[in-house]
Amino acid sequence: MEHAEHEARPELRHHFADVEQQRNAASLGMWWFLGTEIMFFGGMFCAYLIYRRWYFEEFAAASRSLSLGIGTFNTTVLICSSLTVAMSVRAAQLGNRKLQVKMLLLTLVFGLSFIGIKGIEWHKKYTEHHIPTFDYNVISGEGSLVKGNEHLLGIDKVENDPVKLRERKVEIQQHTKIFYSLYFALTGMHAIHMIVGVGIFICITWMAHKGRFTPEYHTPLEIAGLYWHFVDIVWIYLFPLLYLIDRKPIS
Amino acid sequence: MSEHSEHIVSAKLYWLIFLSLIVGTVVTAWVATVDLGKYHGIDANTVVALFIATCKASLVVLIFMHVKYTSEKMTKAILLAAIFWLLLLLVLSLTDYSSRYDGSLNPLPSDFTAWLA
Repeated sequence: MEHAEHEARPELRHHFADVEQQRNAASLGMWWFLGTEIMFFGGMFCAYLIYRRWYFEEFAAASRSLSLGIGTFNTTVLICSSLTVAMSVRAAQLGNRKLQVKMLLLTLVFGLSFIGIKGIEWHKKYTEHHIPTFDYNVISGEGSLVKGNEHLLGIDKVENDPVKLRERKVEIQQHTKIFYSLYFALTGMHAIHMIVGVGIFICITWMAHKGRFTPEYHTPLEIAGLYWHFVDIVWIYLFPLLYLIDRKPIS
Repeated sequence: MSEHSEHIVSAKLYWLIFLSLIVGTVVTAWVATVDLGKYHGIDANTVVALFIATCKASLVVLIFMHVKYTSEKMTKAILLAAIFWLLLLLVLSLTDYSSRYDGSLNPLPSDFTAWLA
């Protein structure tokens, strides 16, 4: 009986008893991988939490320099891509190849849009001298975080003491640098995952176009989908943690 | 196929989850601009933002990633183990740093030398 199934199903590898076992093994492998991904991102989240506790005012001021509108918009773009992935898996389950390919192409459009918008945001940080390298400056010039945040950063308390004011500005320069380092590490690692995801989904779209996925067999699409949704979840947490540290109106 | 037991989620439910995720995103962004105050030193805005994020993540995991429908117990075991590990890392690190004298790396109070005298 097993022989018959192996002959009838070319996608069934010889070391699996049946298609169901093969599918479960592939899915389990992806879940294990996602478990290691949680450990990977978890370390950075932990570093973020500890520094945020220490330098809350500086983190809040730096967070305010990110665009709330662009951040919210990009989050919805990523959620749209998650919907189209879920819909393409559903189309495969129903054996609708046309819808499957359409949904996968939409996923690629949303995924690439997200990366593009992220690039625009990063470029803005570059022009504001907010990238932690040699030209880093949050004290003066176009990217000044001090202006408008005097109360939040405690500048107003030391304004009349030039020595203490200088010390505070050095602190602000150093501590916001930690925020931006974490910001670029976290969004950068997330973007690398997005780029890998787009690469995977180009292959998946091609396979779908070739009619490789049927209601009985669409495991590659399914486990690629799991990866995509995971990357979406990472962003669901990154958005409030990086963009919304303190957006309350300044009294 | 007789061994085929895969659950097909209705398109309506997918759209509903999608809508909830979008609403959740907009509400998170909006509520961040409203001062919800502090309770026992904990910023209510942060708690609300993380609560909404966790609801959104749960919807994605349960519905989009089919965890609610899977018959494979190992999937749930791996997921729970991963979340447990993450909480262990974050909560224990935070309790450590929060319970230090001045909240910094210094394990001794800043006026420790005055104590000795």
